[in-house]
Amino acid sequence: MGRLSNRILMKGNEAIAEAAIRAGCRHYFGYPITPQTEISHYMAKRMRDVGGVFVQAESEIAAISMVYGAAGAGARAMTTSSSPGISLKQEGFSYIAGAELPCVVVNVERCGPGLGGILPAQGDYFQATKGGGHGDYRNLVLAPASVQELYELTVDAFALADRYRVLCLILADGTLGQMMEPVLYREDDAPRPATKDWATTGTKGQRPHNVITSIYIDPEILETHNLKLQAKYAEIERNEVRCETVGLEGADIVVTAFGTPARIVKNVVRMAADEGIRVGLIRPITLWPFPTKIVAEAAERESVKAFLSVELNAGQMVEDVRLAVNGRKPVHFHGRMGGMLPTQREILDTIRAIVRGEGGK
Amino acid sequence: MKSLEIVLAGFGGQGVLSAGRLVAAAGLLEGHEVSWLPSYGPEMRGGTANCHVIVADEPIGSPVLNECDCLVALNGPSLEKFEGMVRPGGWIVLDRTLVPEDPTRADVGVIAIEASQTASAMGNMTFAGVILLGAVSETTGGFRRDSFERALSEILPKSKHGLIPEEMKAFDLGRSAAPK
Repeated sequence: MGRLSNRILMKGNEAIAEAAIRAGCRHYFGYPITPQTEISHYMAKRMRDVGGVFVQAESEIAAISMVYGAAGAGARAMTTSSSPGISLKQEGFSYIAGAELPCVVVNVERCGPGLGGILPAQGDYFQATKGGGHGDYRNLVLAPASVQELYELTVDAFALADRYRVLCLILADGTLGQMMEPVLYREDDAPRPATKDWATTGTKGQRPHNVITSIYIDPEILETHNLKLQAKYAEIERNEVRCETVGLEGADIVVTAFGTPARIVKNVVRMAADEGIRVGLIRPITLWPFPTKIVAEAAERESVKAFLSVELNAGQMVEDVRLAVNGRKPVHFHGRMGGMLPTQREILDTIRAIVRGEGGK
Repeated sequence: MKSLEIVLAGFGGQGVLSAGRLVAAAGLLEGHEVSWLPSYGPEMRGGTANCHVIVADEPIGSPVLNECDCLVALNGPSLEKFEGMVRPGGWIVLDRTLVPEDPTRADVGVIAIEASQTASAMGNMTFAGVILLGAVSETTGGFRRDSFERALSEILPKSKHGLIPEEMKAFDLGRSAAPK
């Protein structure tokens, strides 16, 4: 990793690790899996220099449970994995949600189901945004589309996790983890809450015990706890939606895409313009909360004839797009699986077909 | 500057990924936007490796190339697999020592250099890629000699900095092999 003027050429996975350290993460627990193992490599090396803790856990479940423990003690803690490993962590996700522990998890997605393959995919959208673990809970899900954004969103993830006491999940794909782009480090660190007075830091005989738990046997107390969680999630939905939009003014077709496919679509926007088709792009940066209002407003635009969601899966985010569009315009889908990436040409062909009224795939 | 989109491909271990990274680093040192995307699939284990590199003046959209301005091929299978990606009027730069075949394309420029043979004579096989990059720099103008030399000193560990004069000798051999 050479230092090149003020920008540094880094792999996406390295940018995640560096960002976490700069955001004050001193507790990292991981278990290796392609395509995100460089995060562990980086942490193993750097945590020693910054006085932090790197543990290669005995399993993914152990790693997320260590995060639970460290976060419960008030530390900024992180674990990272890729799709099959993230599935294993789902029990921990649910417990962390119930116990309201702030932490950061990164999923550099590979293709499934099962062990699948090691190439990029976005088949974990449902798991990330709709559940995966049991019970009524949400993760705050961030979807970067460049190495710079991997860096910035990882820093932000620690602040967001602390602000709301939630698990903040970075949902990237293998392409983003493996590729290199220049990174400019930000000066501002992730702001910390004034106090974590709920954390189990030792009473020193000065205060009553703090209790970190997700078990509430009394149904009335548990319902109250759930209502409190739901109120918190509603607040996140009001405050934290992030989204990039390109060329919605006068757009004929609006494409929705996140992560690497959004980058591919940016080229397609230019290609389509060359043949007189105006394509707008909505790129959700928060997958949950989903930018429902922005999609709904685009659906109200007179120029917009149809939507197209481009994803590395069989059609997952498209369901949220359809809910937001709410029948006002047709919503088409173009997806690839198994580690295949759509070419610019095939996306353009689908857009042409929609313009001709033939619909997408 | 016109943007440069380049695919570098060869066997794993030939330094194809490192060569691509040097191009990206040289471009960054000149103040351009850059991206470097390696193949990381199962084909890397003893098989072929490739990377896509973009050097541009505008923010880079897709880091994944479907077409390119230049293909650097360090083995026959790479030439066969990727020559179709080169835009008409683009360049194929190949290591003649390892690629006896000629490209089937008639609408692109071809620079064939005995890179591995020369690198072997210089005592360092990883110079083959550097020789080919000299030709790429000269032909495409996508990155300059001085920025490539700086990229070497930024990226190589200090213990390898003694190699830089030899690396630049290899780079210059490639430049002189490119058509003027």
